[in-house]
Amino acid sequence: MSLDDATVRKIATLARIDVADADLAPLAKELSGIMSWIEQLQEVDTDSVEPMSGGTDMTLGWRKDAVSDGGHADKVLANAPESHEGFFGVPKVIE
Amino acid sequence: MTFLIKGETETWEVVIGLEVHAQVISNAKLFSGAPTDFGADPNSQVSFVDAGMPGMLPVINEVAVEQAVRTGLGLKAQINKRSVFARKNYFYADLPQGYQISQFELPIVGEGTIVLDMPDGTSREVGIERLHLEQDAGKSIHDLHPSKTFIDLNRSGVALMEVVSKPDMRSPDEAGAYLRKLRSIMRYLGTCDGNMDEGSMRCDANVSVRPVGATELRTRCEVKNVNSVRFVMQAIEHEARRHVDIYESGGEIHQETRQYDPNKGETRQMRSKEFAHDYRYFPDPDLLPLVFDDEYIAKIKATLPELPDEKKERFMADYGLTAYDAGVLVVEKETSAYYEDVAKGRDPKAAANWVITNLFGALNKQGISITNSPVSANNLGKLIDLITDDTISGRIAKDVFEVMVDEGKDPETIVEEKGLKQITDTGPIEAAIEQVMADNPGKVEEYRGGKDKLIGWFVGQVMKQTGGKANPGMLNELLRKKLAP
Repeated sequence: MSLDDATVRKIATLARIDVADADLAPLAKELSGIMSWIEQLQEVDTDSVEPMSGGTDMTLGWRKDAVSDGGHADKVLANAPESHEGFFGVPKVIE
Repeated sequence: MTFLIKGETETWEVVIGLEVHAQVISNAKLFSGAPTDFGADPNSQVSFVDAGMPGMLPVINEVAVEQAVRTGLGLKAQINKRSVFARKNYFYADLPQGYQISQFELPIVGEGTIVLDMPDGTSREVGIERLHLEQDAGKSIHDLHPSKTFIDLNRSGVALMEVVSKPDMRSPDEAGAYLRKLRSIMRYLGTCDGNMDEGSMRCDANVSVRPVGATELRTRCEVKNVNSVRFVMQAIEHEARRHVDIYESGGEIHQETRQYDPNKGETRQMRSKEFAHDYRYFPDPDLLPLVFDDEYIAKIKATLPELPDEKKERFMADYGLTAYDAGVLVVEKETSAYYEDVAKGRDPKAAANWVITNLFGALNKQGISITNSPVSANNLGKLIDLITDDTISGRIAKDVFEVMVDEGKDPETIVEEKGLKQITDTGPIEAAIEQVMADNPGKVEEYRGGKDKLIGWFVGQVMKQTGGKANPGMLNELLRKKLAP
């Protein structure tokens, strides 16, 4: 499978990555290479294998329902480019 | 209770499926130790996990898991012993991770059922498609600054249960009944407080229409985030009529997300987020599968309370109540407990009437809940006792009740203070009758001449004479005797 420039542009937009026009064609080539690896993997017969979401046999560890965090708005906001009265400030998003 | 829309060319039925986001009652968030309380200072309840800081790892809250299983059991649903968390990717200012941790292919709860209690006393079943656990997003505030949107992440990461119904509902009334029933079940279970105005229960409605008799599903539109049961019902009706108008004028419906404006009574398209529906779900590599065993489920099942459906059945069987009365009394567990206190050792139907007609009427008028009722169950019970043992008449009891609502006193004291005890001695009643007859010889004549209907007038006059305190049965009997020619 080979990806065209438009598809690569769409993927980049979804991932919020700013890709210059000149980089589209080389990226398409690289991504198409990855896709062909996946195509090759699909030749393996996995009909009798349960789909897995991880590579280990472990299951999820659980946490007690106890409050152990919070109360540090200053730290949460420390790296924000902009904050106002305890809020993050971002460009106006109007729905 | 069929709801059909008569168009120019066809009669249409509406097909409704609801997605409800219910905030799980827990101390801490789904994947972090930050608190969940409503209304705290902005960003004061945020861990670095909730803020999407690099390198932070989510660890699941055991109570969130338990609450989801509890709710699933309450919905008579299949519980999946193995479920998987997935990332739902979208870009928005109040979603710092850039994805929401949710469940996609393998949710924690599968198919179940909700029984709707319709206002006419009938019931019908609506299928549950699934229930899954997911994180809530933060909150965007648009009106605090002219050119900025403010973001508060306190809600970010709070555990939600998304409950998805099958497209089984056919009228706004059924959608309303569904939401009320789901809320009632979750409140009984203690898994969600169901406060739509605080946003701890939110509803998206999927609406489509089709000609009556058709079986195919047409393109649906999703009306997002409606914040009261009444508005959900209104939004569905408006959206359905919009579809009918478009089809009948030869147009087509495009799948889209819409917003309901209760002031204008219309839905309108939300500015479409670019690629908004391209969520690129994939299993979250930060989280292993969520697994538990039958024993875990059985332990939770053993702690389930009696739920509204079972309670309704019991009220009908044990107290002889109608489906409607039983349905009304079991909506809130506080109400049903109050009713059972009143009914204990008394006529259960009389108790139901007093609670539903008089008490609910008084509470609604003052806008207070039954837990803050000025009339305690004990006092309402005593009032019924006073009627039963002929201390007061049913009519006087209504007056006593009004005073109980206003002053919170017990009925015996009120009856004593105001001298409202029923007159059950024949003497004073006879005297009153004689007085009325002496004052109205003409009426007595007319009655004796065959105008039987005047008996009602006489009853009223004598009642008035005794300040409403005459025992109605005795009054009637004595009056007929005295008036007899």
